[in-house]
Amino acid sequence: MAIAVAKQPANNRSRRTRRLPYLLIAPAALLMLGFIAYPMISVLYYSLQDYNVTKPWRNGFAGMSNFTRIFTDDPRFWHSLDFSLRWVVVEIGLQLVIGLALALLVNQTFVGRGMSRALVFSPWAVSGVLTTTIWMLLYNPSTGMTRYLADAGIGSYGHSLLSDPHTVFWAAVLAELWRGVPFFAILLLADLQSIPKDLYEAASVDGASRLRQLFHITLPHLKDAIVLSTLLRAVWEFNNVDLLYTLTGGGPAGQTTTLPLYVANTGLDGHDFGYASALTTVAFVILLFFSVLYLRLSKFGGDRA
Amino acid sequence: MTAALVEEGALIPSAAVPRPGRRRRGRGPTDGPPRWQIYLPLGLYLLFTLVPFYWMLLFAVRPDGSTSLVPWPATGAHFDKVWNDRSFGIFFQNSMLVGVATLVLTTVVALSGGYALARFRFKGRTAFLIALLCSQFVPGALMLVPLFQIFRHLQLINSLWSVVISETVFQLPLSVILLSGFIRGIPEALEEAAWVDGCSRLRAFFAVVLPMLRPGLVAVGSFAFVHSWNHFLFALMFLSEQDKQTIPVGLNTLIGADSVDLGALAAGGVIAAVPVVVVFAFIQKWLITGFSAGAVKG
Repeated sequence: MAIAVAKQPANNRSRRTRRLPYLLIAPAALLMLGFIAYPMISVLYYSLQDYNVTKPWRNGFAGMSNFTRIFTDDPRFWHSLDFSLRWVVVEIGLQLVIGLALALLVNQTFVGRGMSRALVFSPWAVSGVLTTTIWMLLYNPSTGMTRYLADAGIGSYGHSLLSDPHTVFWAAVLAELWRGVPFFAILLLADLQSIPKDLYEAASVDGASRLRQLFHITLPHLKDAIVLSTLLRAVWEFNNVDLLYTLTGGGPAGQTTTLPLYVANTGLDGHDFGYASALTTVAFVILLFFSVLYLRLSKFGGDRA
Repeated sequence: MTAALVEEGALIPSAAVPRPGRRRRGRGPTDGPPRWQIYLPLGLYLLFTLVPFYWMLLFAVRPDGSTSLVPWPATGAHFDKVWNDRSFGIFFQNSMLVGVATLVLTTVVALSGGYALARFRFKGRTAFLIALLCSQFVPGALMLVPLFQIFRHLQLINSLWSVVISETVFQLPLSVILLSGFIRGIPEALEEAAWVDGCSRLRAFFAVVLPMLRPGLVAVGSFAFVHSWNHFLFALMFLSEQDKQTIPVGLNTLIGADSVDLGALAAGGVIAAVPVVVVFAFIQKWLITGFSAGAVKG
């Protein structure tokens, strides 16, 4: 922990000072209570209700029936959960490996480094909808990149990658990869720069090869950053719906529907708020598991001086 | 800037002192890999990154029906159409308003909360921290229905405020944690010196802490702006009147059209990209110092 933490000098200042921290966190706390905590509680409440604006005569207390339906009578739930997990594992695995390689690469000293960094990191700032815009232009069967690839003998003419069930997964993965890799590269590069250079000098004096230096100095040093960024990003990828919502709409035939996308469709298009709330609750529990894991691994807010 | 230097000085104690061993880098066994091992993979990755951008630019300026692979002769027709006929001029203005309002609100609220976390030990501090961390795991998409009901109750549906508040709330946890990390990096002794000189806590904060906090403010502010500029679901759900919509919603409309007008779509994409590209170019150097300033590691 490189940050010097000054000791709290005065626990015995005036009462005004003792109230001050609460005044300072009040705006943030109130906003979060009103617009995160309260909605969460209302989701829990509705998950035990039948609540459907299109069928108001059935509204009322439903007990656990929404949850029973999820686990025993909803193949779409299992399918979306399965796809979510596959999506997260594939995306995070690839983003981490490529992001790490990229960070190591642009951490070297070479001519044009600053420019290269700016360019390879630039998709970080691009939104899901804009990513969709760009990749729809690339994947367009008649005018996109695929057509020019077909000219060169790769693939076939008129083939739409996004409506073919065999290719849609990897087409979406590639698009998300394009904007996801920079996040890892930026975070890991930041951490790479905090490794003291002397370590490498000492290691190479002792005759360690660059590969050995990678495995014995670099990777152990990056471990915390890798664990943290992986977990943060996994949750983010799980939750984020912008890209798939606009790129595939969850299709073809529900093939690329993640759990949050399924929930959004159930609640917003199907107007079945009660059932959507129950699904949300289940998704929460899955994410809570990640949160606990995250807190454990990062030891955040623990015994700091 | 000063804070960044302080940080680096803290991380690498000898950074300011030129060491004799430094000179030899570039020869000797610490030498990096051969040049081609850098330029070849980097070149390939640059292609992967830049071709999609180029493709969008190409479609945005290429006249309809052209199959040329170079962006000339260029036409501004698509931009004209998107900006005026497809209301991207209005969307742009709305997105700007939302982005700037979110930036200001997030930064001010996070600054106050982050200062409390960094400088005080108080009852409930750990609980507040845990709440901040856990709320990072709350999926915005799953909160749409209850949030919609709240904003309907507050009569903020079709008001940009509904989007500003939602974006701020979901941006807050990370911002508070980031800023408290930055503030902790500023020695409290500096503030105490100002108090001894007769400054109030508030004046000391503005005179001492705030100027040193610039990298943190830039990081948090630009995250908030980029995030709210890019985010789309809240605007899609809370703003149904067309003259209230934002750029991502406009893009989504173009994407979802029955016969997609690729030229207009590409031009819309370029318009959506310009502000974030400008912000990114401005902050990308700070980004790496920003993260390494202890933010992510708490």
